[in-house]
Amino acid sequence: MSQLYDVIIVGGGPAGLSAAYSAWENGAKKIIVIERDRELGGILQQCIHNGFGLHHFKEELTGPGYAHKCIELVKDKLEIETLVDTMVLDVQSNKTVIAVNPEKGLLKLEGKTVILTMGCRERTRGAIRIPGERPAGVFTAGAAQRMVNMEGYLPGHKIVILGSGDIGLIMARRMSLEGCKVQACLEICPFSNGLTRNIVQCLNDYDIPLYLSHTIVAIHGEKRVTGITVAKVDERMTPIPGTEFDIECDTVLLSVGLIPENELSRGLDLDMNPLTNGPVVDQHRETSLDGFFAAGNVVHVHDLVDFVSEEAEIAGKYAALKAQGKLSSDNRTVKVSAIDGVRTCVPQKITMPAQIPADEKIKLFMRVAAPHRKVKLVVKSGDNVLLNRPLPVAKPSEMIAVEIPAAKFNLIGEEISVGLVL
Amino acid sequence: MAVETRVMNCIMCPMGCELTVTIEDGNVTNVTGNTCPRGPIYAKNEVTAPKRMLTTTVAIEGGALPLLPVVSADVLPKERILDCACYLRGVKVQAPVKTGDVIVENILDLGVNIIASRDMELHEQ
Repeated sequence: MSQLYDVIIVGGGPAGLSAAYSAWENGAKKIIVIERDRELGGILQQCIHNGFGLHHFKEELTGPGYAHKCIELVKDKLEIETLVDTMVLDVQSNKTVIAVNPEKGLLKLEGKTVILTMGCRERTRGAIRIPGERPAGVFTAGAAQRMVNMEGYLPGHKIVILGSGDIGLIMARRMSLEGCKVQACLEICPFSNGLTRNIVQCLNDYDIPLYLSHTIVAIHGEKRVTGITVAKVDERMTPIPGTEFDIECDTVLLSVGLIPENELSRGLDLDMNPLTNGPVVDQHRETSLDGFFAAGNVVHVHDLVDFVSEEAEIAGKYAALKAQGKLSSDNRTVKVSAIDGVRTCVPQKITMPAQIPADEKIKLFMRVAAPHRKVKLVVKSGDNVLLNRPLPVAKPSEMIAVEIPAAKFNLIGEEISVGLVL
Repeated sequence: MAVETRVMNCIMCPMGCELTVTIEDGNVTNVTGNTCPRGPIYAKNEVTAPKRMLTTTVAIEGGALPLLPVVSADVLPKERILDCACYLRGVKVQAPVKTGDVIVENILDLGVNIIASRDMELHEQ
C-alpha cells in the first residue's frame, strides 16, 4: 500500500493534533496523524490536574480536557486521517514513513512533508546514577502518574520525590490526595525546577518539605525500598560528607528531567542542538532537512502545553504551504544565538525570504541558565536592538516567549543574539 | 491598626505572578505585582479563606480504563480538599460518561459539583 500524503505527522499528542489542524486550515488536503498509544491525546491523558489551556483555548482545562479539545479539532475531517496503536519504525529522508499496526500490519506511507511530534520521555535512575541497592519501588514520576491516574493502582504508600520538576510536584499532591504520605521532595539545584505555582499548591498546601541543594546518596532495601540516605550538596553538586540523614520510605519517584524523544530524528541525521536535545529548527519549525518539520517537546521541553500547540500550529501551517509549493525558496539564513545568561533559544535560525510576507511572525522561546530578578532580555542583530524586554523575574523552569516586531525585520542582519542584561 | 505586607505567588495560572499584598486588620487593602485581574481575587481569598480546585479520579466500570478523571466545577475550601478526595475514593460510576457529566452533585454540601474531565465510552471486552 502506498499513497502520497501532503503531511505525515508522527505522534498524536497535543503537538501532532495541533499541527494536523493547522495544516488542514492552511489547505493541506491529505494529512495523517500516527499515534502509538491506544488513543489520541498523548501524555495529557494522564495529566488529570488543571491549569492547561488558559493561553490557547482561553479557558482553564484539565489535561484530558485539553486533549479532548485537540481531538475535536481533527475528528470528522475528511482530509485528516488518524491511526492509533501504530508505531513508526523508521522515517526515511525521502519522506517515506514505515509503521506497524496490529490490524493493518506493516505500513509504508509517503509524504510531501513530515512533521515530527514525538514529544519527550523521562530521565531514569540509570541516567543519573543514583548509588545504592536495586530494590523494587523506584519509579519515574510519570510512570507513577499513569498507574495512579489511568490504571488504578498505587506505586506505594510512603513516598520520597527526587527532583522538583513539575511532574514530581504534581505527583506529590496526587499521592497525598490518594492518602499516601509524601515524606520529602529533594532538589539537587539551589532553586526549584518546577513552576512556582506547583511549589505552592502541591508542596506547601500539604506541608511537604522541599530540600534544596540536597540529593539521594543511597537507596536502601533488598526486595523493596525501605529508606534513603540524603546529603546536602556543595556548589558543584557534590555531596558534603557529614551532612547525611535518613528518610524512611517504600517508594522513590524520580522527577529529574525530560529528554526529547529523537531516535527517529537521529536516524534522519538531522542537525541537533546539544542543549535542547532536539532538532535545530527555523521559525517555521523546519529542520535541517528540507520538508521535515518538528514541533513541541521533541524540539525542546516546554512547561506549558499552550506553547506546544502554538509551535505545532506554526509547523502545521508551513508544512502545508510547503506541500502546496507555496513556500519561498529564495531565502537567506540568519543564525540565532543564545548568549549572556540565556541557555537555549528556539528557533535556532531564521529563514528570511527576499520579500517578507505580511503575516510572517518571528517568535522566540527561550530559557535562562539561572534564576534572576529585574533583568532585561535584549534581542540584537549586530548593533541594532530588535527588542528590549524588562523581566521582573526570570527562572530556568519558566520558558520566556517574545515576538520580534515586524517593524524591526528590516534591521535583521546576518545574525541575531538573545541575551540578558543584568 | 495592624498593617502587614505579605509576598505570595499567585497560583491562578502558570505565570505565577509574585504578588505583594498589603493586609490591614486582616483585610487585603492593596495588591501589586499581578498582571491580570485574577491576582487580587486570589490574594483576597488566600488571606481570608483559601480555595483550591480539586482534580482526582473515581472508579468506573465498563470503560477501557478502570479510572475516570474528575474535576471540581469550581474552587473548594482548601481545608476540605482532603475530605472531598477521600469521599471520591469511594465513588464508582458506570460507562459511558461524557466530558462535563456531573459525577457527584454538591459534594459534602459545599455547593460544588464534581464533573467528568474526559469521555469514557462503553468498552467491548
